[in-house]
Amino acid sequence: MHPALSVLLLTTLIGAGQGLFITMVVVELLAAGSVRPGFFVGGTAIVLVLCGLGLIASFFHLGHPERAWRTATMWRTSWLSREVIALPAFMGAAFAYGVAHWTGAGATLAIGVLGSLLSLLLFVCTGMIYAAVKVLKEWAHPLTVVNFTTMGLASGACLATAYAGFAAPELVGALAKAAFTLTALAMVTRGAALLRNAQLRPTSTLQSALGIRHPKIVQKTQGSMGGSFNTREFFHGKSAAFVRGILTAALFGAFVLPLVLVITLPILAFVVQYAGLLAERWYFFAEAQHPQNLYYQGVS
Amino acid sequence: MTQLALVIDLNVCVGCHACVTNCKQWNTSGAAGALADAEPFGAAPTGTFFNRVQTFEVGEYPNTETVHFPKSCLHCEDPPCVPVCPTGASYKRKSDGIVLVDYDKCIGCKYCSWACPYGVRELDEKRQVMTKCTLCVDRIYDTNLPVDRRKPSCVLACPPGARLFGDVHDPDSEVSIAIRERGGYALMPEAGTKPSNHYLPRQKSTLNLRQDELYRSDNPHRIDGAPFEQNLPPIVEEL
Amino acid sequence: MSSPLHDPIAPPLPDAATEVKTTTCYMCACRCGIRVHLRGGEVRYIEGNPDHPLNKGVICAKGGSGIMKQYSPARLTKPLRRKPGTERGANQFEEISWDETFDILEKRLSHLRATDPKKFALFTGRDQMQALTGLFARQYGTPNYAAHGGFCSVNMAAGMIYTIGGSFWEFGGPDLERANLFFMIGTAEDHHSNPLKSAIGDFKRNGGRFIAINPVRSGYAAIADEWIPIKPGTDGALLMAIIREIIALGLYDREFLARYTNSGQLVNQDENSNEFGMMLRKADGDVLNPLRPHNFYWWDRLSNQPVADHTKGTDPVLYGSFVMPDGTPAKPAFQLLKERVAECTPEWAEQITGIPAATIKRIAHEMGVTARDRKIELPIPWTDWWGEEHESVTGNPVAFHAMRGLAAHSNGFQTIRSLSILMSLLGTIDRPGGFRHKAPYPRAIPPNMRPAKGPEGVKPNTPLGGAPLGWMETPDDLFVDAEGQPVRIDKAFSWEHPLSSHGLMHNVITNAWRGDPYPIDTLLLFMANMAWNSTMNTTEVRKMLTDKNADGEYKIPFIVVCDAFQSETTAFGDLILPDTTYLERHDCMSILDRPISEFDGPVDSVRIPVLPPTGECKPFQEVLVELAGRLKLPAFTTAEGGRKFKNYPDFVVNYETAPGSGIGFLSGWRGKDGEKALRGEPNPKQWEMYEKNGCFFQYHLPPSSQYMRNWNKGYMEWAQQAGMRRDNDPIIIHIYSEILQSFRLAAQGKRPGKQPPAALRERVATYFDPLPIWHAPLEDAQSDLNNYPLNAITQRPMAMYHSWDSQNAWLRQIHTYNFLHVNSKTAKDAGIADGGWMWVESQWGKVRCLCRYSEAVEPGTVWTWNAIGKSSGAWNLSADANESQKGFLLNHLISEELPADAAGKRFSNSDPITGQAAWYDVRVRIYPAAAGEEEVSSPQFAPLEPVPGMVKGKPSWLTWFAGKKGDEQ
Repeated sequence: MHPALSVLLLTTLIGAGQGLFITMVVVELLAAGSVRPGFFVGGTAIVLVLCGLGLIASFFHLGHPERAWRTATMWRTSWLSREVIALPAFMGAAFAYGVAHWTGAGATLAIGVLGSLLSLLLFVCTGMIYAAVKVLKEWAHPLTVVNFTTMGLASGACLATAYAGFAAPELVGALAKAAFTLTALAMVTRGAALLRNAQLRPTSTLQSALGIRHPKIVQKTQGSMGGSFNTREFFHGKSAAFVRGILTAALFGAFVLPLVLVITLPILAFVVQYAGLLAERWYFFAEAQHPQNLYYQGVS
Repeated sequence: MTQLALVIDLNVCVGCHACVTNCKQWNTSGAAGALADAEPFGAAPTGTFFNRVQTFEVGEYPNTETVHFPKSCLHCEDPPCVPVCPTGASYKRKSDGIVLVDYDKCIGCKYCSWACPYGVRELDEKRQVMTKCTLCVDRIYDTNLPVDRRKPSCVLACPPGARLFGDVHDPDSEVSIAIRERGGYALMPEAGTKPSNHYLPRQKSTLNLRQDELYRSDNPHRIDGAPFEQNLPPIVEEL
Repeated sequence: MSSPLHDPIAPPLPDAATEVKTTTCYMCACRCGIRVHLRGGEVRYIEGNPDHPLNKGVICAKGGSGIMKQYSPARLTKPLRRKPGTERGANQFEEISWDETFDILEKRLSHLRATDPKKFALFTGRDQMQALTGLFARQYGTPNYAAHGGFCSVNMAAGMIYTIGGSFWEFGGPDLERANLFFMIGTAEDHHSNPLKSAIGDFKRNGGRFIAINPVRSGYAAIADEWIPIKPGTDGALLMAIIREIIALGLYDREFLARYTNSGQLVNQDENSNEFGMMLRKADGDVLNPLRPHNFYWWDRLSNQPVADHTKGTDPVLYGSFVMPDGTPAKPAFQLLKERVAECTPEWAEQITGIPAATIKRIAHEMGVTARDRKIELPIPWTDWWGEEHESVTGNPVAFHAMRGLAAHSNGFQTIRSLSILMSLLGTIDRPGGFRHKAPYPRAIPPNMRPAKGPEGVKPNTPLGGAPLGWMETPDDLFVDAEGQPVRIDKAFSWEHPLSSHGLMHNVITNAWRGDPYPIDTLLLFMANMAWNSTMNTTEVRKMLTDKNADGEYKIPFIVVCDAFQSETTAFGDLILPDTTYLERHDCMSILDRPISEFDGPVDSVRIPVLPPTGECKPFQEVLVELAGRLKLPAFTTAEGGRKFKNYPDFVVNYETAPGSGIGFLSGWRGKDGEKALRGEPNPKQWEMYEKNGCFFQYHLPPSSQYMRNWNKGYMEWAQQAGMRRDNDPIIIHIYSEILQSFRLAAQGKRPGKQPPAALRERVATYFDPLPIWHAPLEDAQSDLNNYPLNAITQRPMAMYHSWDSQNAWLRQIHTYNFLHVNSKTAKDAGIADGGWMWVESQWGKVRCLCRYSEAVEPGTVWTWNAIGKSSGAWNLSADANESQKGFLLNHLISEELPADAAGKRFSNSDPITGQAAWYDVRVRIYPAAAGEEEVSSPQFAPLEPVPGMVKGKPSWLTWFAGKKGDEQ
């Protein structure tokens, strides 16, 4: 698949926002009263900024953003539609959470728990958008949902650690441990998906795509020589070495380096991890081999 | 319940691309148009087409088959592109099973194209909406046309008659009979999409000659005499 | 789910005015009937006309892309003159008016006509109006006229017409409706293509067996039941081996050969006689036709004595050696054929063709047994020419088709003779399930049209003393001077290429440039891309077009180009005439030229404009009619000296081949009120009647006249009456060609009359063999085959053949550039990567191109799609268009002339009999491009810019939506 920058930004930004939000709520839950409200207000602002940026980025993925409102209509069948509902719902809860902390209106924990549930639901929706594409074997697995969640939580915790350095230094140590733990968990779950995908054998073959039973089939033309939507959307167009490089960057950036850095240099850890997650997301698309590509292998 | 579909006869498709451009010309000025072409006179022109003909070489020289393979939306019975659409723009008509895109609802998110294993949906880069074969839905019900011309443009154009059109749910239709009797098959059955379009495989016509059929009692050699000293065929009595 | 917002059925522009007009397609040479749908005055849809006999509603990729041709930005829209002070080829033009254009042409052409009319040369490309262009040339008085047949497939026309009196092409074809077994040999997709595709589809559906013999498995061969790869240029050897096998096994149709071919005719075998090799003629026999005496001998096997051919109650012996009563030794023609092929064993052919001997035997057996055992009998009584009544029409269901694959070799004529003879051996000529003629064929062998016979035929201010093109019957028909030297600029009908019935357009520029046989003044090219894909040796020919004499004058002083589009060639014009598209013009698919006849009778058709001309475009026909009027050419001038025809449609209605002949360009609705067919006085409402009938006229012969027409009395009488034929004598198949022998005798000095120049005697005597021969392509003899081990051939893809569609926005997306297809093993052995840059080099030049591995090409052959590669900027494509940057033209590697012989003489790279351009003879070698080489095809030429009147700038988007004027088109 061709990794679209808008989608890379959307999923990584809101993932970090969602994770940050849940981290804050856990902080409130475990350390209620010892943390000043400003930590939560500022954190919520960051959550909303990240989700807002993600939302803006997502519009660049659409051919007709002015019709985006329509996307909420098909929630019965479409995970994309569900995400479109879940994201604003989560943002609304987050906003309410921030306002409640700011105004001291109370019920913050209740709102926070609700928001966290919405955040988790949003992780599920986002993950399911990919996991529900049955033809993409690399994606069509529960690990996809797990990974969106663990990586979002890890980056959110990392961000919380970095943020706490300014807003609540007393939390840094605990948060760093949490971030370390979540990053390690994300590394394990993402690693599991990588290992799984490495074992995958495509279900569809040129033989099944054409209905011709012969071991040797080579495409000579694909119907257009100047390319088509099918050659732009489903191919990353990069060399195998480039893809390997991105994977290395993703593994080190999203997992290994943050684990090393998060205790001592949490801000750098988050920046590196975010960049790493962008690489991870790029690879997530690039590693997905769409069966339609069987039909787009050659020109002459 | 009606399910309209195409049946592509690979046994006679010569790869002439008639279906490709006749689809394009009908649809660009039709209800589904305009189908944009980017850089039409530039280095690498690339436009929206609902139907493409591809070519594959099967086997190794000299046992090679050259297979021309037209491909357009297969109008699946269980189209994966429909449920994923967040706006309902991608839909399957109950009345005739045609899978269509509502261009006024489509937001151009391309998600439907990801769900389709066949690579038959194309985003129109100018209009930024997803497009695909409509089975010329704006022709086939047009009562202004003579009945025999109420067919998709590709079917009407196809010179060797490699494209059949009809209701694959009607067991007596031309398409159902062809599928049944000619070994019609679906693409990527493992995808579970139940494509309505089917393909008819190559068939080989052979002639098995027996040596004893070469020479018949009315062989002109009986009149003219054998022409060459060597290489005479056996005469009947010797067989 | 809510209901759709976008109504998928509603017409998008419900208020737009729509109409449907009928005309004839011209996206290629196929000429399908079309219905053009207009919306708001713009073309919305072009569909095949379901009522049309040729395509019956189907249409191809090109026909479906006519819209993009009509609205192409490559359209020329104004007459242009090379800007004074600029060099030819610099592509600098200024607009002029049609008045000025005609003044320039009238002045120049009337001067030439009054002084030396042969200094004006008119050559046309994919012209479908040779009846008019030929008439114009003849009336003008120049011999220098031809269309592109000489570099297309004249071998196919001549090889078959000189054998069976008809040919494939538009003149006849395989009866796939009734055939059981079908052989397609070589590339043959590009004539009569849609009907052939339909017929092959039906044939296969009906269970017919289709065998393709071709170095490449593409095109129709893709769906063949069996593909037999063959080395290019060796088909003749294959066919001769099959003939031998058919004869050896007695699988020939003896009855057919005896009665309907010259197999039983006795040939003079007295080597000392000047009549050696000619048919013996019975002095007191019935000549049938004094112009073409038929008083032959048979050796009657029943009475064992010589008798007049076709004597009732006799049957000719086919084998043997006899002595005539006067002592002359004689043999039946078939005996000579048998002797000729005696050594042509399948094993011999295997060495040449690369086809296993067992396969050759097997397909021969398949042909012979199918022909013999699956005989068709139709209950149609008919009477043969000798008065014998037959209760039924019978046929042997083995059909063949071939075209350029056989034709475009220097041995093509003889190869095609072999094919025609094989088809005749199988008894498949004009019979159900075999080959069927289409009117006006069959014609006499050869047809009666004769060119002028010498320089005296070319006189100032006088029409040419003969047809510009025609058919040689004897050496005395040659168009040569007293020294035996050519009169025509292309040397057609000279001793170099005596039977060059379609001319040699491919040598015109080279000959004119060299001044051999003489320099010319004005070259008018119509619809021919002679500076690119229509010429051989493209790079050098482009130089010739701009080359100058010592005095600074161009070697070809004045070049006029008429085309609808800016091509590579328009840049070399001194004057450019903007032609219309096919949707903007009147045209005739005339029986005087190449009609669209069906097996069951003549059909002709017309184009009627569905759109007004774009800009100042003018149909070339109108240009010719206007010029003919201005030049006062007799056929275009009244007795009073006034102009006879006001325009082309008026000409078509009122012109008759001879005063009162009743034969004109169109055969339908003749007679004052349109009540007559084929022959009748002019009908002023003829165009309207064609329009009303879907732009075609179809005549169905009665079933008794639909078969065996070479010898069908009823048909012959009808054909003569209808003006299809001059005479009504039978057309006996020439298994043995006395015509070829007469040229050989002349070359041997055994024949009175015209003699070849001494230097050409051996050449003529060698190739004018009355029996089929196979010889290696001429270029092979002059090539270092170790150094150039591969054959290189081209074909055009179905989406572009016979078309001009480099500029077509839709079609060019299918073929934007081309690869050289190389057998995977051959390429690997040469170290060339799949998709990598490589060089392909002949003794004439080299081309850098992209390689594509293929398993569908025989290892000794490389091939590419022709005419995809373009010169940068031509056809109003951007300078960096892939057509020019990745695409390439193989023509740079193919010479229009053979290497100089020992005497320094350079012959055309053509068939020595017909002058057919030997495109497919070139030998090449391949090697990878070096690392670091520029990744662009080579050679490259300076980019062309648009000329005045053309659309400037390249749009980023094309969103064609008919009737929505003002949108971003």
